[in-house]
Amino acid sequence: MLIFEHSRPGRVNGVQLTTTAARDDDIPAELRRKAAPALPEVSELQAVRHYTQLSQKNFSIDTHFYPLGSCTMKYNPRGSNSLAMLPGFLGRHPLAPAESHGQGVLACLHDLQEILRDVTGMKGGVSLTPMAGAQGEFAGVAMIRAYHGARGDTARTEILVPDAAHGTNPATAVMCGYEVREIPTNDQGDVDVEALRAAVGPQTAGIMLTNPSTLGVFERRIKEIAAIVHAAGGLLYYDGANLNAILGKVKPGDMGFDVIHLNLHKTFSTPHGGGGPGAGPVAVSERLAPFLPIPMVGEEGGRFRWLTEEDRPQSIGRLSAHAGNVGILLRAYVYARMLGREGMHRIAEYATLNANYLMARLKTAGFEMAIPERRATHEFIVTLKREQKQFGVSAMDVAKRLLDYGHHAPTTYFPLLVPECLLIEPTETEERETLDAFVAALSAIAQEMVEQPELLKGAPHTLPVRRLDDVKAARELDLVWKPEAKQG
Amino acid sequence: MSNVPAELKYTKSHEWVRDEGDGTVTVGITHHAQELLGDMVFIELPEVERELAAEEECAVVESVKAASDVYAPLAGVVTAANDAVVDAPELVNQDPYGDGWLWRMSADDMSGLIDAEAYQAIVDADG
Amino acid sequence: MPFIPHTPADLEAMLAAIGVVDIDSLFDEIPAELRARGLDAVPPGMSEAAIGKLMRMRASSDGEPVCFIGAGAYDHHIPAAVWELVTRGEFYSAYTPYQAEASQGTLQLVYEFQSMVASLMGMDVSNASLYDGASALAEAVLMAVRANRKVKSTRVLVPGSLHPAYRDTVDTIVRNQGIELVDVAYDPESGRIDAVALEEAMAEPFVAMVIQQPNFFGVLELVDALTDAAHAHNAIVVGCVNPLAMTLLTPPGAWGTNGADIACGEGQPLGLPLSSGGPYLGLLACKQALVRQMPGRIVGRTVDLDGKPGFTLTLQAREQHIRRSKATSNICTNQGLMAAAATIHMAMMGPAGLTSAAQASHANTRTLAEKLTAIGGVEPVFTSPYFHELVVRLPVSAEDALRALAVQEVLGGYHLGRDYPELENCLLVCATEKRTEEEIDDLVHHLTRVVGRLDRPVCTRLKPAENPF
Repeated sequence: MLIFEHSRPGRVNGVQLTTTAARDDDIPAELRRKAAPALPEVSELQAVRHYTQLSQKNFSIDTHFYPLGSCTMKYNPRGSNSLAMLPGFLGRHPLAPAESHGQGVLACLHDLQEILRDVTGMKGGVSLTPMAGAQGEFAGVAMIRAYHGARGDTARTEILVPDAAHGTNPATAVMCGYEVREIPTNDQGDVDVEALRAAVGPQTAGIMLTNPSTLGVFERRIKEIAAIVHAAGGLLYYDGANLNAILGKVKPGDMGFDVIHLNLHKTFSTPHGGGGPGAGPVAVSERLAPFLPIPMVGEEGGRFRWLTEEDRPQSIGRLSAHAGNVGILLRAYVYARMLGREGMHRIAEYATLNANYLMARLKTAGFEMAIPERRATHEFIVTLKREQKQFGVSAMDVAKRLLDYGHHAPTTYFPLLVPECLLIEPTETEERETLDAFVAALSAIAQEMVEQPELLKGAPHTLPVRRLDDVKAARELDLVWKPEAKQG
Repeated sequence: MSNVPAELKYTKSHEWVRDEGDGTVTVGITHHAQELLGDMVFIELPEVERELAAEEECAVVESVKAASDVYAPLAGVVTAANDAVVDAPELVNQDPYGDGWLWRMSADDMSGLIDAEAYQAIVDADG
Repeated sequence: MPFIPHTPADLEAMLAAIGVVDIDSLFDEIPAELRARGLDAVPPGMSEAAIGKLMRMRASSDGEPVCFIGAGAYDHHIPAAVWELVTRGEFYSAYTPYQAEASQGTLQLVYEFQSMVASLMGMDVSNASLYDGASALAEAVLMAVRANRKVKSTRVLVPGSLHPAYRDTVDTIVRNQGIELVDVAYDPESGRIDAVALEEAMAEPFVAMVIQQPNFFGVLELVDALTDAAHAHNAIVVGCVNPLAMTLLTPPGAWGTNGADIACGEGQPLGLPLSSGGPYLGLLACKQALVRQMPGRIVGRTVDLDGKPGFTLTLQAREQHIRRSKATSNICTNQGLMAAAATIHMAMMGPAGLTSAAQASHANTRTLAEKLTAIGGVEPVFTSPYFHELVVRLPVSAEDALRALAVQEVLGGYHLGRDYPELENCLLVCATEKRTEEEIDDLVHHLTRVVGRLDRPVCTRLKPAENPF
């Protein structure tokens, strides 16, 4: 039932009304709204009950194992949340003077800049303003463009992207005015270095790479790749989507990257929130430092201030009205301080341990790995190509059946290069018993595949709804509730 | 099982072309292409009188899982667009060579197209 | 070990199952010269209690001043229930609802969000949200350029009375796609888009026009005439509005004869805390005809195998994970949790509550205007009607006045001279429904003293407090 269907004309939540009388005779009639918006009229209890019940229809990290590959669904500490929501932080206006009413929050942001600079090994500095990974990517490629432009090197029109990359990479390059050239990946999950060598040239602005790649393996020839691209005059962009795999173990700056974005909602455990808000800080090598997006936080003699256009005239500019998703940055900061120096690299270690353990157990259980000879990083890929041929059961069917077993499904059908794939990322915060339960569930499903494949094709069977009609959803678009639909 | 009528011409990018014998051709996407894409949900066609270069992107067919550009198989001017598929995209799935046609255009030079046998080979190679 | 549950026995058993002797062996594919040699700039770990102490000290050092600043972020009341619900783990720790059957809570909530936003904006459809108001405007401009098939130009008209940070953000995001932002001056008397400047800008073809309502100065633009004028040139009209004001003012969908084509705005006034500027909430709505040009996630209602209604992400073929370099935008994640807050806020307040907050904000700002301009030398700058913000000129240095007020724990407004040299010593002030008569009197009292004191030639600078960190 929709909230609108609980609505009754004239029902008012009185405790939320102000007592100030309206005095709006100065607003001319021609600028006034004629028909009231169709918002629900419900009691506070109705609203609370409705949204509480809706929440109960979700799988979440707090309620279920959530091994969604490439998304790093690890525990989001409650401590980070409650400390970011202290009244002094929550109530602070973005334009409150930093000098008298902002030293606390700016100190946290400055500390975070320094922590991220160290873990990424990017000596040029950090800007925290991008509001999501995709915006961080945009900032990164825009900086590459600004760098070439500042040198008068305007012939560089192309960004190289491996065919295994996240879709955001090519989309971002186009938003920055570049053409995209795809570089193939070999059967070991590495970039085809010979193809790369053939593709670079005076038209190359840069390359966008994820390492470990979306195939869940570490790009071993990264130094060589960096040398090839740099020799051609291009720059290297690091997509930080998979940083959880190497946090504290390898610094992207040491691999030769010029710019990186981090997904704080992955590696630094800020909430995914049903799809945002994220935070996508960017870190750069020294040559890109002048172009970092503003504002940043500067420090002089223990006092903090915003660095803006005047301080950073070559900046690519602003990406938001203020300073990005500050509340999310505070959560990441608290998390980073709780981990500390010694806790950082443990993240990568135990994320890798859990992934390799799960991979080993699934192999033993008879599942086929996409790249069996390689180590898993923080994630790995199972391919159900054989099962699909044999039993007519798809990766999607298995994913849906897992929901019945009380586990969120892994990422399906990504990367696009591997047929019928499940990309599985257990994260470091899961204990062994949960991983074992997941193996047991997948093994049981493998048995069902043989004995009763129809069970899988009709799954899920125990959730609030069964499989949904995507085709109807796209053909007969129903995107908003309309009052007249109520009678129909 | 794919369906590749012998009387039509094809492109490597999965368009079919029928010579209407009056200096125009009809264009659509092949049975194989619609099968790969799955249930169509949206179709965008070139406007009538638009001048197309060969291999220019000029239409979009969209299914739930993919959106694909359709390329002009040859150079010419659009003379008609099939509005019926805009209203009912499923026609492309149901009858790709008939009611599911996409547009008509003028055509002089058909030498860049391949025949049914050559196209069948491409389909077979796709597995 | 923080957030790692493994016991020594677990570790041993797991390594054995993998067939390696230690964790380090799992990293043996990484070339040795790439291994990090420590994290010197990262301080040692802290317990939750210890970091709690530090954060509480820092939060309280930022104070809880009385706020008369608006300028795109507004200090409104938020019902207590909103954030209690939003931070439930089932909303807080879920992800983008790719597995629709396991995400019906989030999906239905987004469908309700889209419905409420579309209705507030007077539009047919809305997406599931974008990052913030400024970046939503940038996406709206890109969308307008994509959607306009009638005009070949790349010129987009942007009023000088648009929020300056919005203008900067749009420029950053659209610049590399060859789009030219054409600034249209505001009329120094009315504070509205200048008619003559607009006519000049419209003399050459333009693809889209941005109209902000209320504009950055709080002033109400004559949206009907502007919309019709832009449409007469076949341009797409992008309305950028304050959603709370839409309970009182004509929404973009009803502007002029045919309505604006795209509406966007900052959702912060709908239940989001000020939080130093984010996370906020980008709103984007449009007419049905443009729905496939809309970037970002969109939820649709459909049915399941048994014919039971349910919700799912739809129109995904436009998005980057499928369409890659041809996607409508690179956006993936939006501001899901913020959209949840706005939805619950709107449900909790209802039309009566939101209208009451908008009316009271307007009334309080009128009171503030009357009392401020009664101070000798303080004058209103523009003559037009306003919503809940207005511009006043001080007879003294605005920066000095603001600094003196801050010492009294009052944030007296935003100094427009920072962005508009001709508005040196002009303050943009706002009194939301939360400001009491006493707080307004307090501001007037302090400002009266400050004006009197700064008017004299000697200005006493206040020494900044010692930094406690």
